[in-house]
Amino acid sequence: MLYNEPHPLEVKVLSRRFGLPNSASIETYLETEGYKALEKAVGMTPDEIIGEVKASGLRGRGGAGFPTGLKWSFVPKTSPKPKFIMVNADESEPGTCKDRLLIEYDPHQLIEGVLIAGLAVGAQQGYVYIRGEYRYLIAIMDKAIREAYERGYLGDNILGKGIKFHLSTHSGAGAYECGEESALLESFEGKRGNPRIRPPFPAVAGAYKSPTVLNNVETFCAVPPILLNGGAYFAGLGSPKNGGTRLFCLSGHINNPGVFELPMGFNLMRMINEVGGGMKNGRKLKAVIPGGSSCPVLKADECDLAMDFDTLAAAKSMLGSGGVVVMDDQTCMVSAALRIMRFYAHESCGWCIPCREGTTWLRKLLQRFHDGMGRRSDIVLIGDLAKNMLGRTFCPLGDAAALPTISIVEKFEEEFEAHLDGKPCPYENASRLVTA
Amino acid sequence: MTFSPELESLFEQFLNKYPAGQKRSAMIPMLIYGQDEVGSITDELVEEVAKRVGVTALQVNEVVGFYSMLHRKPMGKYHVQVCTNISCLLVGGMELYDQACKKLGIGHKQVTADGRVSLEEVECIGACSWAPAMQVNYDFYHDVTPQQLDKLLDGLTAGKQPEQIADVSRVNS
Repeated sequence: MLYNEPHPLEVKVLSRRFGLPNSASIETYLETEGYKALEKAVGMTPDEIIGEVKASGLRGRGGAGFPTGLKWSFVPKTSPKPKFIMVNADESEPGTCKDRLLIEYDPHQLIEGVLIAGLAVGAQQGYVYIRGEYRYLIAIMDKAIREAYERGYLGDNILGKGIKFHLSTHSGAGAYECGEESALLESFEGKRGNPRIRPPFPAVAGAYKSPTVLNNVETFCAVPPILLNGGAYFAGLGSPKNGGTRLFCLSGHINNPGVFELPMGFNLMRMINEVGGGMKNGRKLKAVIPGGSSCPVLKADECDLAMDFDTLAAAKSMLGSGGVVVMDDQTCMVSAALRIMRFYAHESCGWCIPCREGTTWLRKLLQRFHDGMGRRSDIVLIGDLAKNMLGRTFCPLGDAAALPTISIVEKFEEEFEAHLDGKPCPYENASRLVTA
Repeated sequence: MTFSPELESLFEQFLNKYPAGQKRSAMIPMLIYGQDEVGSITDELVEEVAKRVGVTALQVNEVVGFYSMLHRKPMGKYHVQVCTNISCLLVGGMELYDQACKKLGIGHKQVTADGRVSLEEVECIGACSWAPAMQVNYDFYHDVTPQQLDKLLDGLTAGKQPEQIADVSRVNS
């Protein structure tokens, strides 16, 4: 079982069915208010649905935190081309493993969210783009889709009201870049996953240059509870302008890692110490990546803050995708920076030179430091190089590589100095936490 | 090129999923499921997919090069993928990968001489809260210990199937 034992501090809205027997089946879903939000939405106008989503304060759960209702409102009301709903299940941000649970344990909640989005923007076709590594989830999703067709929740006459909506899965084949919306669309169309220049945004010209709503799995999954209980209810669960709950993925040096649904604005130190069971082996906290590897790291003394989009932005980091990676005092920050940069250098699609060259040179510089051959001037060079990547690429991958690097080199400069002059890595022999 | 009836039926489904005139969308799903049966992305597979989705072989080849799960050369019957990205790194993922290299006597994207096992150091596979994690083909293994990895690799190299190896539990199958 992937989901953790429920923690008393959790507020289970999207994850409320996770522990139920056969939670992925349509029977369980229908017994627990399943497809009731759809019935409600059918009686509403598109503007009313979008209004409710706007009122909920729901913001994109993939990482950018863009207001979902506003995103939907950008889709033109009339279009000579068919409109599409695209689910981004290409979960690949290091530190993030929540969409897996939402699909594995409650795929019908996702289908219902997609259907409501379809009603809101006038789309009749949707696709779930699932990363290739999640093959078993494609099977689960396909089964749920078949059940929904059999019961009349998908097809040409949904709820017997003549509503039409068709949904299919689509497999990726291994590429972090395809989690970026425009690269995902290119990949969906059978091309290399290079990003598109925007505008136009997908709401106007997405899949096949048609108006497309593209959201993360968790974003769509939040829609049925919002319609069922009202936007105000969902907004009230979180902090101002940050509606609802969020599935936080706790990993790293803590006693109780797992995926926990907590209110937006939950305090990070409480997340680590109470929900996460505190630091493993009684060690001290050194740093936290608050929302997946693209986010600037927070030092231990910066972690007493509310986990919502605006508070993290004010702290010059990001809430990102909900991947909270906790690092203890035995973690070598040079190694952490190097591993993160190896990832971005591998995943850069090569389309934009600042990203392609920048990530490669940063990987080389960090590797040289880690190998004990760093130069003092490299410390400044790493920061300069990374800063020159910012804002100079089609998609956010360049920034995603640069931002954590800048934060690590600025906040942990002394660790880079400790690697100078051929000195061995001070943490080289620190024991990893693999236990027998 | 002939495929199994199961794969033909899948290809048929893929080619009918997308709007009229958009068969090209089926390319990547066809390539990855095709690779599962054929063993790798061969020139024949590329030609066949190109023909069916209505593009040139060159247009398929340029796509193949982009995606890390598509392999031009056959991987082992059991493709062991160890994650060493940040959440796994912090709890021993790199040590597990090194252990696998030593034990199998092969490196990144290499295959054992008998073709049974191949190894890949992979980027985040979405199992961060259950790190260190790995996959064998499409199956996930969570909270992997060095002892479990030893048993798994011993079993695989001795000709066992993953499900026959005791004390090493897959999360899904």
